[in-house]
Amino acid sequence: MMYQVRDLRLSLPDMTRKPLLGSAPRIEILRGLTFDVPRGAVLGIVGGSGSGKSTLGRAMLRLLEPTGGSITFEGTDITHLTENQLRPMRHRFQMIFQDPMSSLNPRRRVGGIIAGPLKLHGMDRLTTRVDEALDLVGLPRSFARRFPHELSGGQRQRVGIARAIALRPDFILADEIVSGLDVSSQAQVLNLLGGLVKELGLTLAFISHDLSVIRRLCNRTLVLHQGEIVEEGETAQLFEAPQAAYTRELLQAIPLPDPYQEWA
Amino acid sequence: MRDARGEVRRPIGLRLWLSGGWLTLLVLGALLAPWVAPKDPLMQDLFLGRMPPFWVAGTEPGYWLGTDSLGRDVLSRILYGTRLALIVALVAGTLTCLIGATLGLIAGYYRGWPDRIISRFVDIWMAFPPVLFAILLIAVLGPGLVSIIIAIVVIDWTRFARVVRAEAMSQGAMDYVASAQVAGRTRFGTMLTEILPNVLPTIVALLTLEMGIAVIVEAILSFVNLSISTDSPTWGGMIAEGRTSVHQAWWVLVFPLITLFLTVLSFSQLGEGLKDRFDPVLR
Amino acid sequence: MSGFLSIRNLTVRLKSGVTILRSVSLDVAQGQVHGLVGESGAGKSMIGKAVLGTLPRALQVTGGEIWLDGENLLALPHDTRRKRIGATAALIPQDPLTALNPSKRIGPQITRRLVDILAWTRSDAEARALELLGEVQIPDPARVMRSYPHELSGGMRQRILIASAFAAEPKLIIADEPTTALDVTVQKQILRLIADMQVRHGTSLLFVTHDLGVVSKVCDTLSVLYAGKVVEEARMHRFFMRPIHPYSRALLAATPTYLDPTGSLTPVPESVISAVEEEVRLHDVRFGT
Repeated sequence: MMYQVRDLRLSLPDMTRKPLLGSAPRIEILRGLTFDVPRGAVLGIVGGSGSGKSTLGRAMLRLLEPTGGSITFEGTDITHLTENQLRPMRHRFQMIFQDPMSSLNPRRRVGGIIAGPLKLHGMDRLTTRVDEALDLVGLPRSFARRFPHELSGGQRQRVGIARAIALRPDFILADEIVSGLDVSSQAQVLNLLGGLVKELGLTLAFISHDLSVIRRLCNRTLVLHQGEIVEEGETAQLFEAPQAAYTRELLQAIPLPDPYQEWA
Repeated sequence: MRDARGEVRRPIGLRLWLSGGWLTLLVLGALLAPWVAPKDPLMQDLFLGRMPPFWVAGTEPGYWLGTDSLGRDVLSRILYGTRLALIVALVAGTLTCLIGATLGLIAGYYRGWPDRIISRFVDIWMAFPPVLFAILLIAVLGPGLVSIIIAIVVIDWTRFARVVRAEAMSQGAMDYVASAQVAGRTRFGTMLTEILPNVLPTIVALLTLEMGIAVIVEAILSFVNLSISTDSPTWGGMIAEGRTSVHQAWWVLVFPLITLFLTVLSFSQLGEGLKDRFDPVLR
Repeated sequence: MSGFLSIRNLTVRLKSGVTILRSVSLDVAQGQVHGLVGESGAGKSMIGKAVLGTLPRALQVTGGEIWLDGENLLALPHDTRRKRIGATAALIPQDPLTALNPSKRIGPQITRRLVDILAWTRSDAEARALELLGEVQIPDPARVMRSYPHELSGGMRQRILIASAFAAEPKLIIADEPTTALDVTVQKQILRLIADMQVRHGTSLLFVTHDLGVVSKVCDTLSVLYAGKVVEEARMHRFFMRPIHPYSRALLAATPTYLDPTGSLTPVPESVISAVEEEVRLHDVRFGT
């Protein structure tokens, strides 16, 4: 198992309701999630806004510290490790962000953006590795000298992918990475990601609100609703015979590009 | 898609030219004062008292902007006063910036207890009326260049701390900060390499604004006679002296006032101009 | 002209000379829904803005006609045009968060247009607003009238914007990506609500969206845009059954659907892009841009 998540709970203080004295009331965002991510799986995490899917992703990468339960990554309990303890293993789990414009530092060139994490982990042959990463995501090597704002949305998202895979991680979390893209570049990014998973033997968790995209890419799917898992299983099975009422509601709400779909 | 992306080289605006030009002129004047000042700024000549500027009839050649009631050359005094004004602006501005921006950056990025301590401190600090605070400080420290600089720093660091804290906080919520963490960068390293460069344009704008404010504070303190010893010429001191004889010799008041006005305006315009120019993000 | 809204050869340029819309022509028939589809940067929102006269300052209409209810808007003097648009057309905006003023209660935000522009009395306007909030299925309309926007969910706010768009019984409504910011389950409710309201009030609707799925649910006719040019105008069923233009076909092939997990997703091919770019270039040569 790459990830074992047991009874994961996470609450954040609600600063808008903080009284003058004393601590703010806490909002429960994740309410006891238990699931596994097997090595080599492509796990889709789907849910509406406020379902806690992004929070779950950030907890798995330990950008947030859980308030209860445990997260085990490749046999190591990372639930409450400090930042210093996490740092040596950070290159093993990477993340691709939703908004490439805000996750790529606007003042850096693409080459520097991809090389930055490599340097931090003391890797050598930086230019070679940057070139390889650009090759893998299908961008010309000359893009290393460009700034993020000189690229199109789809190209920026490829840079985000290149940065993550350059470290040769075991696990990648992709958080809504195609939701800001047009369908044409969305299809390119999805095909690219699907190819990379096979080629590099990655384990991938793919967070999305779009079930059509999940079905394209993922072999397991986990449906979140209000901080709880309502359904989890193999993607094909889950789409063909959804068990939970919420999953059915989600599926039926999707407008397919087909005038004869029963939708109303 | 079809939009043209590319480096946009923005021309240096008129605002940057004018403000930069005036400040360069001032710096040159201050550095070269001993050579370019037509007269000794302290030399009194009671026979030549209250002489009008050069374009008015009945002047002595060489006294371009006239003389004050003690017969001292106004232009030379302004030039020497510039030295003091600029020293105060640079030293006090830079120190204020360093202290305030550092605390603001730490509070805004680290949040938690560093933020609580710094923010509480700033709140309390800002409850003191600033001018009274300054006068009180000078009264305790005694008048002098160092006291003025200390007074300005002590009062104004909160301005930097507040603005930089808010900016660092909003930058801290951006995904590129999270991505630096994912990449394994230390908290401190992230602050220096990710947050600071993005807060820098704001800091630069504040810094130049602060330099203008320092010039004004110095002038105010000179005006109420709490600045340097009355011997060395200061803009504030000249304005104070000129005020008493404004009906007989307006030029003693007006020329230092104009200089002060242009300088403060130039500092603030320079800041805005630099901020626009050095923000590479075409938002 | 044939439609209730009929746009003829509309050309819009940046003041710097870059062309945003290239002789766009389309018709929205009385009581029908016309979809405007395209990827970001295709200029689909700009058509709605040109009709409503709310183009950004940097843009200007350099040619063409916009016929609304038998009148060419672009030929009218500025003030008359503003009044005519105010009385005939309304907008359902994209973002329910920023479209409502956070410091004002909901009630006045709905009634303002009725009172200010159409000179209704306050009590008439309030009665009408209450009725509309009921019609868009908002529970306890009287309480919602007194609420502030932040007290309501995104779906509720979008319902309020729909109610206020229909408030003055406009003959044309322009909906600019009205469900893009919403969850898919809420989107379904909102789309059905818009469709219901449109039928009940007999309004003509210009529906701007990037989502072909949404188009297939609400539109009678549609135009596909690329780089400010209409590449295909079609009736909805015909379009989905037999798309004619290669770019339309490519767009459909690039849209993922959960029904077809194994069929490969085809990104819009380079050859289609260069072909449609060539069309745009030829257009520019012919019309001298």
